[in-house]
Amino acid sequence: MNATRAQTYSPASVAALPWGRWSLRAVALIWLGLMIALPLAVLFEHGLREGIVRFWAEITNPLALAAVRLTIFAAAVMTLINAAMGTLTAYVLVRYRFFGSRLFNSLIDLPFAIPTLVTGVMLVLLYGPQRTLGAWLEARGAHVIFARPGIVLALLFITYPFVIRTVQPVLMAIEREQEEAAWTLGASRWQTFSKVILPMITPAIISGALLSFARALGEFGSIVVVAGNIPRSTLTAPVYVFGQIESQNQMGASAVSILLLALSFTLMLLVDWMQGKRGGGHVAR
Amino acid sequence: MSQDRALTGQEFELRPESRKRADRPKGLEWALVVLAILYPVALAAGPLFAIVWGALSSGFGAMMRQLTSPEAVNALKLTLLLSFAATALNTVFGLVVAMVLTRDDFKGRRVLNGLIDLPFAFSPVIAGFTLILLFGRNGWFVNLIDALNLRVVFALPGMLMATTFISLPFVARAVAPVLRHVGREQENVAYTMGAAYWRTFWSVTLPNIRWGLLYGVSLTFARAVGEFGAVLVVGGGVTRFTETATLYIYRSLDDRNEVGAYAMVLALAVISICLLWLMEYARKHAQDE
Repeated sequence: MNATRAQTYSPASVAALPWGRWSLRAVALIWLGLMIALPLAVLFEHGLREGIVRFWAEITNPLALAAVRLTIFAAAVMTLINAAMGTLTAYVLVRYRFFGSRLFNSLIDLPFAIPTLVTGVMLVLLYGPQRTLGAWLEARGAHVIFARPGIVLALLFITYPFVIRTVQPVLMAIEREQEEAAWTLGASRWQTFSKVILPMITPAIISGALLSFARALGEFGSIVVVAGNIPRSTLTAPVYVFGQIESQNQMGASAVSILLLALSFTLMLLVDWMQGKRGGGHVAR
Repeated sequence: MSQDRALTGQEFELRPESRKRADRPKGLEWALVVLAILYPVALAAGPLFAIVWGALSSGFGAMMRQLTSPEAVNALKLTLLLSFAATALNTVFGLVVAMVLTRDDFKGRRVLNGLIDLPFAFSPVIAGFTLILLFGRNGWFVNLIDALNLRVVFALPGMLMATTFISLPFVARAVAPVLRHVGREQENVAYTMGAAYWRTFWSVTLPNIRWGLLYGVSLTFARAVGEFGAVLVVGGGVTRFTETATLYIYRSLDDRNEVGAYAMVLALAVISICLLWLMEYARKHAQDE
């Protein structure tokens, strides 16, 4: 992308329109400042207003702590399943052509388009205790809806595309020759995958997994319907924050919000750092 | 911060051509394929089937009666109004942000680039909550909005802000890589040949990025239609006043009006599948160019 870089600094673009450049810059800065920096600032100001001791007390409140623990636990379980299934799906989509494969590829993004509340209602309808499939599972002692598996299930649906969509482009970019070389040298299909392909796509898998984890930490719409929201058992952190807002405990709400935001933003920075390290070529700085 | 990353997965990718390398699966490989298909079927297709069945369980007539009830119609109208407004705002400002990210270079640009992804890390509930902290009782701007005699919290302006916030990154993130990909050679040519700035934008830049833009716009709209947590917190879900389609579903479930809830769920699912089709259409066109 050196060409693009050169073009960015071409005399025509820099000298052409100083006022246009400055006004665009100002509009972008004011827009993001008002829409994003301001909400962030008010949240931190509010959460830390009464000092770090109060902030700490709100976070270590047993109910809040249990909610945060559950959120991290459910997100972690989801992330492990998602990393494995996402890698498998991306591999199948890139390597094989079969009846319906293109339709399958177009439907991957469906969870991005479907409202999360809709996801929750659909899951309750299928796996809920009063439904055919749900009752069948219930009779065998498997509680899905209004229990922790339901939370993981909802998160799996919501974050389904992340790993697939980060691994897919990397798999496509891998030269087929490298695999064929390994194959010719006598490596089995599994050895080829685990020794040649997997190391190359691992950064992408981790990126996708961390992104889905970050996304899962804040999920509300589907979980509020699916989980049953029983304190200490199925109440996740965003639902806890919602409860604190409803009961006018703004301190508690802001403290847990800050914790959640700090967690997910750290993860995103980590992904950014990893992709910056890996990507190199396409990153024009 | 890197710029072309597939941050939300929704980042617009100009994917390399792969069709010629794909094989037909043989023997045991079919097991992988079947597993890859069965997993989303259990996760998504099953529930999707359940909702169609649920909405139609009392008959098509009953479903349509629920969907055409004044409350449902009001909720759908409000959702569409908010989504169109939020999408319009995010399209205009998203284009500006994308232009600045790709065509400009200054010290604060990296901060800008980091800021724009923040809504992705925000839980919708927290997004709505920050609006209460800004405009609610004891909020930072309570004097200002009192002086202007404006209502933000539990009113439309707050819900519009919440919806806009939640869907903010998508247009900029979809357009920026395309803008970088097409470069500015053509723009420079147009400009050198005497086309004014706006003329250059309308007849050179915009046609070049149209598919990326369409992708970003449809994704923004899909997100806006489906927003729930943020509008619940900031709007309060007052029937016929601040109740969007998702809030209508939530209340109908509480009221045990299951047919009404499922009918609206089905309506929203149909809208999102149409938007998904639009997104895929844009993505295919961008790849072909």
